[in-house]
Amino acid sequence: MRKYYDEITRVAGNVVNVTAAGIGYDELAVITTSRGDSLAQVIRLEGDQVSLQIFAGTQGVSTGDRIRFLSRPMQVPFSDDLLGRVFDGSGKPRDGRPVVEADPVDIGSPAVNPVMRRQPDRMINTGIPMIDVFNSLVESQKLPIFSVAGEPYNELLARVGLQAEADVIILGGMGLRHDDYLKFRNTFEEGGVLGRTIMYIHTAADPVVECLLVPDQCLAIGEAYALQGKRVLCLLTDMTSFADSLKEIAITMEQIPSNRGYPGDLYTQLAKRYEKAVDFDGAGSMTLLACVTMPGDDVTHPVPDNTGYITEGQFYLRNGRIEPFGSLSRLKQQVNGDSSRDDHRAIMDGCLQLYSSCREAREKKAMGFETSAWDEKLLKYGELFEAKIMDLSVNIMLFDALDLCWEILAECFEPVETGMRRTILEKHWPHELAAEKEEAAVS
Amino acid sequence: MHGKIVAVFGNMVIAEARSEVVQNSVGYCCRDDGAKLLSEVIRIRGRRVDLQVFEETRGLKVGDNVEFEKEMLSVDLGPGLLGQIYDGLQNPLPQLAKEVGYFLEPGKYIHGLDLEKKWDCTPAVEVGATVRAGDKLATCPEGIFKHEIMVPFSWSGDFTVKEITPAGSYTVEQQIAVLTDSDGNDRPVTMQQRWPVKRPLAVCKRRLMPEHPLITQVRIIDSMFPIVRGGTYCIPGPFGAGKTVLQQIMSRHAEVDIVIIAACGERAGEVVETIREFPEIKDPRTGKSLMERTIIICNTSAMPVAAREASVYTAATLAEYYRQMGLHVLLLADSTSRWAQAMREVSGRLEEIPGEEAFPAYLESRIAGFYERAAALELNDGRVASVTIGGTVSPAGGNFEEPVTQGTLKVVGAFHGLSRARSDARRYPSIDPLESWSKYKGIIDPAKVEKLRNVLVRGNEVKQMMTVVGEEGTPIDDFAVMLKSELFDNCYLQQNAFDDVDGATSPDRQQLVFGKILEVMDTDFGFEDRKQARDVMFKLQDLFRNWNYEAPDSDEYKTSIEKIDSFIAAKGR
Repeated sequence: MRKYYDEITRVAGNVVNVTAAGIGYDELAVITTSRGDSLAQVIRLEGDQVSLQIFAGTQGVSTGDRIRFLSRPMQVPFSDDLLGRVFDGSGKPRDGRPVVEADPVDIGSPAVNPVMRRQPDRMINTGIPMIDVFNSLVESQKLPIFSVAGEPYNELLARVGLQAEADVIILGGMGLRHDDYLKFRNTFEEGGVLGRTIMYIHTAADPVVECLLVPDQCLAIGEAYALQGKRVLCLLTDMTSFADSLKEIAITMEQIPSNRGYPGDLYTQLAKRYEKAVDFDGAGSMTLLACVTMPGDDVTHPVPDNTGYITEGQFYLRNGRIEPFGSLSRLKQQVNGDSSRDDHRAIMDGCLQLYSSCREAREKKAMGFETSAWDEKLLKYGELFEAKIMDLSVNIMLFDALDLCWEILAECFEPVETGMRRTILEKHWPHELAAEKEEAAVS
Repeated sequence: MHGKIVAVFGNMVIAEARSEVVQNSVGYCCRDDGAKLLSEVIRIRGRRVDLQVFEETRGLKVGDNVEFEKEMLSVDLGPGLLGQIYDGLQNPLPQLAKEVGYFLEPGKYIHGLDLEKKWDCTPAVEVGATVRAGDKLATCPEGIFKHEIMVPFSWSGDFTVKEITPAGSYTVEQQIAVLTDSDGNDRPVTMQQRWPVKRPLAVCKRRLMPEHPLITQVRIIDSMFPIVRGGTYCIPGPFGAGKTVLQQIMSRHAEVDIVIIAACGERAGEVVETIREFPEIKDPRTGKSLMERTIIICNTSAMPVAAREASVYTAATLAEYYRQMGLHVLLLADSTSRWAQAMREVSGRLEEIPGEEAFPAYLESRIAGFYERAAALELNDGRVASVTIGGTVSPAGGNFEEPVTQGTLKVVGAFHGLSRARSDARRYPSIDPLESWSKYKGIIDPAKVEKLRNVLVRGNEVKQMMTVVGEEGTPIDDFAVMLKSELFDNCYLQQNAFDDVDGATSPDRQQLVFGKILEVMDTDFGFEDRKQARDVMFKLQDLFRNWNYEAPDSDEYKTSIEKIDSFIAAKGR
């Protein structure tokens, strides 16, 4: 016999207070309203007052409604039947197919013991030279894409999803526009990966609390697969919507805001999600790629700022290109050393240092100063580099990309001008190409 | 001592106490499935006691029991700490993994020291001797060190040794001595003792002026912005500027006996790197694994936030304990901003009046109190020992004008500010040579350091000017200064941390290279035009750079010096 509570004492924001006893913190409840049933979660206990966050929002909640507590935390059903399916933030099917019946897993499990993590050392090939060569993506890495509205960040995310060799792809959409969701669906369908994809989609029209649950569900399922030995790729977009939902709820709960209205525990809340990226010692892994839109293109905004400190690097997407400066994969050292070609690091540093000098030369030129012969070389290099390497449409594998970098360097510079170590230059400098160039110059 | 829970909110619990409660003492919230969650009393109002719980509070109910203890949050001190990996509350993580698997389990605690292991203990005093707190009673080998068993630090007054066990193997719980106090009471001593983490531990004759340079083998630090044993320094920097890599380099090469790494609210991945790599790396000075001189305190960002606040104190206490044995300890706290944020979260839940950026008003005094635990001491037996503290700061938006950075700058002796511009240009380590400072004296004559710093400042001015007047508007002499400052930056200040040779430069070598760079600075190359100037300096840079990669005893090393000498003598012609 289930016990119902019906003494609702307060309704404010998305939170309902009810008089009840013997309720556990973080427990789940169901509220039955005239609009139907909605899940709710205990977020505060004080005496006999229980504060519940209502997932579907409090619109239409009546003081006469009834609440039933489930004596368990939030859970998601977990089985292979999830593959190819689409759900909303509260876990209900969004694709018109039946509910998945399976043994559930808890969401928001405790932290992984750090000694049970492996050191990541497997590169994920994306075919995008700006990632593979300059900032390699590594299995179990957590990496955000910093961008602004209007940039093709969702396309980039979808492309990585298609090309990465993952056993399971989980897409979490927060505050997504409905057509963006359809685009993801179509891309995955055309790419033939829909059969190993699970989507949890919260669209901008859905209740705000459901937005908070999207990453938790994705990560709980991802973790369960990783524990089974699968290599999981989790794509989340857009984490700024998630943070905004946190803000909205914290403020309705009358918490003291810390920075631009965001709650003081924003860092902890984000870290708890991102830290779920893991390479289990003796089981599978979960890689996490997230989009973070920067309000006003401001990287010091609390959301990108806190994210940057949590994640293992970041990609900046600007003007449709992955920006080489600022973009960083902290784990690249794990995969671009002995396990890659010996010139990988030299190319990575050398090409970027020259490209940085090229930008200086451009500024000089733009301000109308005389350009030296050295500047001319840099300018030429910059153009080739942008067209052949930086462009997002370029799709080549790592070693081909390295060879291409050498060709570009040889076309523009003398070996000593590259600032690279002699041993590397002797081994990799494409001499035939340089000789051809000289011949061409002579004739 | 008991109480009952009346409210739960995040990691805060309010309990109604039925007996005496001590501020900052430990309490256990008893979940109805039997788990006891460690918590700390942080406020008392009438019979209402606010506790911060060091675990997730999921499942706690109003009416659940709270058990209060008199003791403050403490750690166990004794042999077996070295090489361990602890969480912020001194639970050994490898043992936890053995017992509960992949995930951490709330309410699961394990004693900080191995209770089964036997240590070869040798007495160091005789029956009848008079001893005081901190005096050595016995020793036992722990890895490469001689661990000293001392009279518990919390005991006051003189004691007479009544019994001391003969040499043999004992566990940390076995009695090794009996001491008699001045009133004639006998008190047993074992190899372990407890100490509250938030109280500094310093039993000594006096505090010394820290002045012995702490060599890190990082050129820009040792030569330009040195640190000393017993001193403090901070590394603020935006994300991605290389704070953590720098800390890792320090922990490998720093010339100290013991390194304690407090990974406070940072990525688990970083700790994993240390955990996996350190056992493999040989300590160049002892030939043993680096892990034998390292303790890792790891409370990563996904682990409970209240324990994060405690973790830096746990680390400081362990550091101070080894200092009492006459050792030099380096404590690396990464990152103190996460620690400060943990304070902010707790303060917010207590609904205290917020200060700047919602940090609590006591932020600065807490920061100062933490760094003050670093010191060089003259111990009671005359030995000199030290704890050096280096803290990273992660300022919001990379802006140093925020409360944590400012609070830290007031109390540290050296400032290694990392710059985004330098890391973007891949100039590593990205310590900004123009903004950083150190109040300590290092291995290079300060007058020479000042001279090169001026070259950098001048070089930077010329660079700024060139963006306005262009290269053709810059006098050739200024242009030469700019090229010289670039050479110093590229070939000395920058260092490739991933190269075996370049990654670590001995003090002798630093002095040698520094001297050669000074020679270059003092040479008038008599450049005719900018192109020639650039070519000459590029060649010289190439010589220096390759020299940096050459092992000190190799033939190439000697040839490089000769080449540089003749290049300077010929003024590049």
